[in-house]
Amino acid sequence: MPLRPKLEARDIARTLAATAAITGLIATAACGSRAGEETVAAESCVDTSGDTVKVGALNSLSGTMSISETTVRDAIYLAVAEINAAGGVQGKEIEIVAEDGASEPTVFAEKAEKLIREDCVAAVFGGWTSASRKAMLPVFEDNDSLLYYPVQYEGLEASPNIFYTGATTNQQIIPALDYLAETGVESLYLVGSDYVFPRTANAIINAYAADHGIEVLGEDYAQLGSVEFSTIVNQVSASGADAVFNTLNGDSNVAFFREYANVGLTPEEMPVMSVSIAEEEVGGIGIENIEGQLAAWNYYQTVESPENAAFVEAFKTEYGDERVTSDPMEAAYNSVYLWAATVEKAGSFAVADIQANADGVSFASPEGTVVINGDNHHVAKTARIGEIRSDGLLYTVWESDGPIEPDPFLEGYDWAAELTVTE
Amino acid sequence: MKFFSTRAGTWTGFAAAALVLFGLAPLVLSGFRLGLLAQFLCYAIVAVGIGLAWGRGGMLTLGQGVFFGMGAYLMAMHLKMADAEFRGGPGAVPDFMELAGIRELPGYWVPFTSPVFTIAAILLLPTGFAVLLGFAVFKRRVKGAYFAILSQALAGAFAILLIGQQTLGGFNGLSRFRYFFGFNLADPVNQQMLYFIAAGALLVVMAVALQLRRSRYGELLVAVRDGEERVRFLGYDAANIKVVAYAAAALFASIAGAIFVPVVGIISPASIGIIPSIMFILGVAIGGRASLAGPVIGALAVAWAQTALSEQFPSAWTYAQGLLFIAVIALLPGGIASVGALARRLPSKPTAVEAAA
Repeated sequence: MPLRPKLEARDIARTLAATAAITGLIATAACGSRAGEETVAAESCVDTSGDTVKVGALNSLSGTMSISETTVRDAIYLAVAEINAAGGVQGKEIEIVAEDGASEPTVFAEKAEKLIREDCVAAVFGGWTSASRKAMLPVFEDNDSLLYYPVQYEGLEASPNIFYTGATTNQQIIPALDYLAETGVESLYLVGSDYVFPRTANAIINAYAADHGIEVLGEDYAQLGSVEFSTIVNQVSASGADAVFNTLNGDSNVAFFREYANVGLTPEEMPVMSVSIAEEEVGGIGIENIEGQLAAWNYYQTVESPENAAFVEAFKTEYGDERVTSDPMEAAYNSVYLWAATVEKAGSFAVADIQANADGVSFASPEGTVVINGDNHHVAKTARIGEIRSDGLLYTVWESDGPIEPDPFLEGYDWAAELTVTE
Repeated sequence: MKFFSTRAGTWTGFAAAALVLFGLAPLVLSGFRLGLLAQFLCYAIVAVGIGLAWGRGGMLTLGQGVFFGMGAYLMAMHLKMADAEFRGGPGAVPDFMELAGIRELPGYWVPFTSPVFTIAAILLLPTGFAVLLGFAVFKRRVKGAYFAILSQALAGAFAILLIGQQTLGGFNGLSRFRYFFGFNLADPVNQQMLYFIAAGALLVVMAVALQLRRSRYGELLVAVRDGEERVRFLGYDAANIKVVAYAAAALFASIAGAIFVPVVGIISPASIGIIPSIMFILGVAIGGRASLAGPVIGALAVAWAQTALSEQFPSAWTYAQGLLFIAVIALLPGGIASVGALARRLPSKPTAVEAAA
């Protein structure tokens, strides 16, 4: 006997009546502006009349990204403490409101909105993954507030409400390719995690390779967090490429380099150029598996300059001798100083004043002088290729002649014309 | 809680909930908090479905993220298409595709220009998928832990599948929605309207669930949960009974996902995989899965606790949340909804609550 779910007629009628009543309620609720009409963004509630000014620190303190992002938070706190010790910004003490992004894009969006609308912060520092930045971008644009994003990323973005203090592709990936080409590399194998940064990076690498006569012998993607690399490493090994370009992220690097060393591949016969491995990650991978391999960044703990000596010393004094400093940490540290310098120049904490005065603002940072580009809100940075040595630190083996102007849409590279559509 | 089990009591409960949601909340909460509540209400809508499938039907669906995600992505595709059309005229490619170097609009995106098609897809696609899957699984009498594992694997697979789809935003997902059926999402008035839609949808979904529970079908569903073999011996096809509850849960989750997208402004594989699916279940378990209000209260409580604790203790809130879960499970095995029963020293076994309902 087949089942006939039996609902009584009056029950259904009642449900429909309730539905109609609620729909009516919604319909009578006032409706706001339609598409295309200008909306007035909610009035900024930032209050700078007192002795303090609030800023947000939004980093993942829980979840998969917390290991990386807590180091960035530490650097932000260090910069704020230093600026406060030196008299603050516009004579006001900076007060940090911390929030946990929990490694989830939706949480980043929620907390960013909370910082802007409930805590009324003047600016927010943080974010790491591109997914978290993409989630926060509309929040900062809709509320007309400021985000300082400290991590190298895939470019192709320029929001008036975001300042990008990490490298864009022409300050990291292209110099790395130039370096490899200079050292006589004629074929490459590409290995990356399956998300936007590696895919965009590899699109750029393929275009560069086609133009420079470099052969790309293979392109493999592993799911984020994947730790099974025997197949990929065997393919890399069999390809006989001159070098590997590695855009893997997180734990996958540990498994990849162990497997790489296991099958007997060495930096001498097939070097690996990595763009997501910094001082923090080397320890986890195991120095014996990665010694001699290359990385591309703008900053290493070993950079020789008085500014960096002071930064490293201050960091170790604050957080302990065993801690290391890395590129994203330095970029986050810079971002606080760049914001403070822009506020001083503008003489105001207002978003419009900061946007208008940002161009040319510079800071003598640990990596060398960095300068904000007012058009695309990125900063001019020096590119450096580093080699991982036995003490677990990276040492510069090549660096660009001075800071490279940021070019997030690669407009200055003819071979990249096919890659992007700019508005 | 005896009063709320009577007919008059139930409608009093509904009226009180409506009063709080439509009257009190907009008065006392700031725009930001109201938006947050709208997000939590979406979780609560999913929870109502789980309460039906798991609490009444005994199907531990660890994969509601799949249906939530379907509804969310379907809605997100329409919003992206509307935005592209508004900026670049008909046939324009959504902004994230331009950045990924995709110049040609993939064919399967084209119908999402139509709001009617989108809404129909949100209502029918996940439900249809649940019916097909339900028949395949329940006809073979897959149940218990096997069904739970299967549904969870499905959520994991679905998230992985989406990460690989560059035409659906891949790992980053879809974000940056500007208009919702012609209304500007940046306008606070429209954001409040979205909240009312979420609140209205929750009440409607609860009313539907209530009618299902009170009908003859509801009796059969509980009977299948407590003694599937016996129901079968009585001549009913247990699989059909389960499919209906499973499909209803899928429909609710899809509606929730569709509302979630304009409220939160982003949907990505991170919001629909295994962990979010387990969070859905967690809320239901904490609230009390067998009652009508339990899952709603639980989902709201878990989401609210997560936000409140993480704002208070940004670097230690996960510990506090863990303690909360342990406390509820150790002290209130029937969930938050069983507080009343416990206070009156009544046996707090779920079966007792159901018998009363």
